[in-house]
Amino acid sequence: MNSIWLAIIGMAMFAFGYKYYSKFVAEKIYKLDPNYVTPAHKFNDGVDFVPTNKFVLWGHHFSSVAGASPIVGPAIALYWGWLPAFLWVILGTVFAAGIHDFGTLVLSARHKGQSVGTITSTIIGKRAKVMFLFIILILMLMVNAVFAWVISNLFIKFPASVLPIFIEIPLAVWIGYAVYKRKKEMLIPSIIALVIMYGTAILSSKVPFLQIDLVKYFGGAEAAGIFGLGAVGSSFLVWIVILMVYCYISSVLPVWKLLQPRDYINSHQLVVGLLMLYLGLVFLQPKITAPAVNAAAGDVPWFPLLFITIACGAISGFHGLVSSGTTSKQLDKETDARFVGYAGAVGEGTLALIAIIAVSTVFATQGDFLATYNSFAAASSGGLGAFIQGAAQLATGLWIPADIAATIVAVIIVSFAATSLDTSFRLMRYIISELGVEYNMPSLEKKHVATSIAAVSSTALVILPQGPNGFGSGGYLLWPLFGTSNQLLAGISLLLITIWLKRLGRNYMVTLIPMLFVFFMTLWAMIQQVVFTWSGMGDNDVNMLLFIFGSLILGFTLWIILEALSTFRKKTVEPLSTDM
Amino acid sequence: MSFTEKLKAVVDLYDQILKQPHRAEIARELRDEEDLFMLLCVSEMLGIPNPAYYYTLELYPLLLDKFHDWHVRMGMDKSPLEGIRCC
Repeated sequence: MNSIWLAIIGMAMFAFGYKYYSKFVAEKIYKLDPNYVTPAHKFNDGVDFVPTNKFVLWGHHFSSVAGASPIVGPAIALYWGWLPAFLWVILGTVFAAGIHDFGTLVLSARHKGQSVGTITSTIIGKRAKVMFLFIILILMLMVNAVFAWVISNLFIKFPASVLPIFIEIPLAVWIGYAVYKRKKEMLIPSIIALVIMYGTAILSSKVPFLQIDLVKYFGGAEAAGIFGLGAVGSSFLVWIVILMVYCYISSVLPVWKLLQPRDYINSHQLVVGLLMLYLGLVFLQPKITAPAVNAAAGDVPWFPLLFITIACGAISGFHGLVSSGTTSKQLDKETDARFVGYAGAVGEGTLALIAIIAVSTVFATQGDFLATYNSFAAASSGGLGAFIQGAAQLATGLWIPADIAATIVAVIIVSFAATSLDTSFRLMRYIISELGVEYNMPSLEKKHVATSIAAVSSTALVILPQGPNGFGSGGYLLWPLFGTSNQLLAGISLLLITIWLKRLGRNYMVTLIPMLFVFFMTLWAMIQQVVFTWSGMGDNDVNMLLFIFGSLILGFTLWIILEALSTFRKKTVEPLSTDM
Repeated sequence: MSFTEKLKAVVDLYDQILKQPHRAEIARELRDEEDLFMLLCVSEMLGIPNPAYYYTLELYPLLLDKFHDWHVRMGMDKSPLEGIRCC
């Protein structure tokens, strides 16, 4: 089957979702009012609350939520065949993610631009807010650990991508200085920086000397490394420590010095990456070689694990944090929420869709696919590598040589993952400080204390789980736990929107159904993993770290659901003053 | 609108989109720097010795517009300084 059909069907469904479904929800359910005075106007302070053009806001929302997650998840989920992943991405985006992102934006705009965490406190209660903060904290911890592992893994597999990524750091510092101290524009220097990065990527693809290959420096994959670890394990350790040191520094520096110019360059890469892959697809039109449904995938059932393996790209709680945290404070008109929230989720869906197409077309035959995706563990550790090869193949449709394309795609993915890592690291620091305020522990409010806790806990989490291939191979074991916490967060946000709609006497089925679906699938998958897999029941080996983290998330979520249920069942249906 | 103007508008929009994710944080950092500067300028009136008092005094007319927002942000609903007519 020609893969272009997947893109056409997917895009048609997204267009249908935006044009008809989101319009229906905007007019009949959320009842957006063009005359409503949004928090951006009501509390305009020139900093947080600023009315912003809807296209700018959409771009902001899209670039904030589009990281490496909508690529990693589908690349792993291809293990069960392309059809389940494709259906979940399309239907999830149209009926769950769009409504979730759109809904959290409207909910927050109707609650003075407050974040979902604060609204939880208003609608459900203060205890629920603290639980919510803990879930977000664990989610951020997962993001740090998973993406530190993903980046280290890519540095080891694609050593030519290391130099362009590290060159980006001084370039970003230079741009930050030029823009904020010398009052220069950012666009041209950032494009120059991008050209330098890609130039370095091309050079390092061709010149082995420029490839920073730690495994080779340690003497090859079979050689001994440091602390009694093998060369690969030692390379993981070195990269993880370097990444955490980098995150620490970038998190405590003023944002204009490194983070903002770096993200600015990376946003170009999002555009370059999407254009390169979709245009490459149009010109190349490769055949799908992966099976629609992988009958050989017997070790891990697709139902319900598919729904937590693909979180971002189908539905993700992280989007609600962005929607309610920053986007809602900048909404010019309430009616803009439909375009910003729903179309922002659709943007991420297109990224997940191209990830599915890239992986399902990269293999020469179905036998090659089955040999690579021979177990869930193999899919987890090799999925991203398969995506990079598949994306490089699509880029050859634009006459880019395959080896150079692979390095550039690896650079783009590492950049996405680094953006996610940076953002979550900084967010984690803020949440630790907020918990310090909640529990009256002033030391936690200190910048370096909060950042150190974030760095040490993230490093421990990525190093401690042992995978089947020894040290450093355990990072991907965290992926289902990351997906679970992300989905549970989305479920809680949908629950808040549902309670709000009920109080206003509106039809809340459009949020209740995806909420029930997300909760049911996620809790089922979670209980299955915590109780039957990580606890060591039966033939499984006990995995204490994942068992503890899984149990914590499960406990917090059940608590919030019970508190929310008692709120939901209250006879009072009068809207609160904050609801209006 | 000529083609050049249209192109410029598109480039400006793209630039704004890319700057947007950190806009508020940078605005806050820059505002914090200005707040500190304001504190240094009025420090003498708050009882903190300021060796550059005669020079900062000259800046008062320029800072007056921002003074009200500053003292509100610092947690003081009414102006803490009698020498400056504010609220």
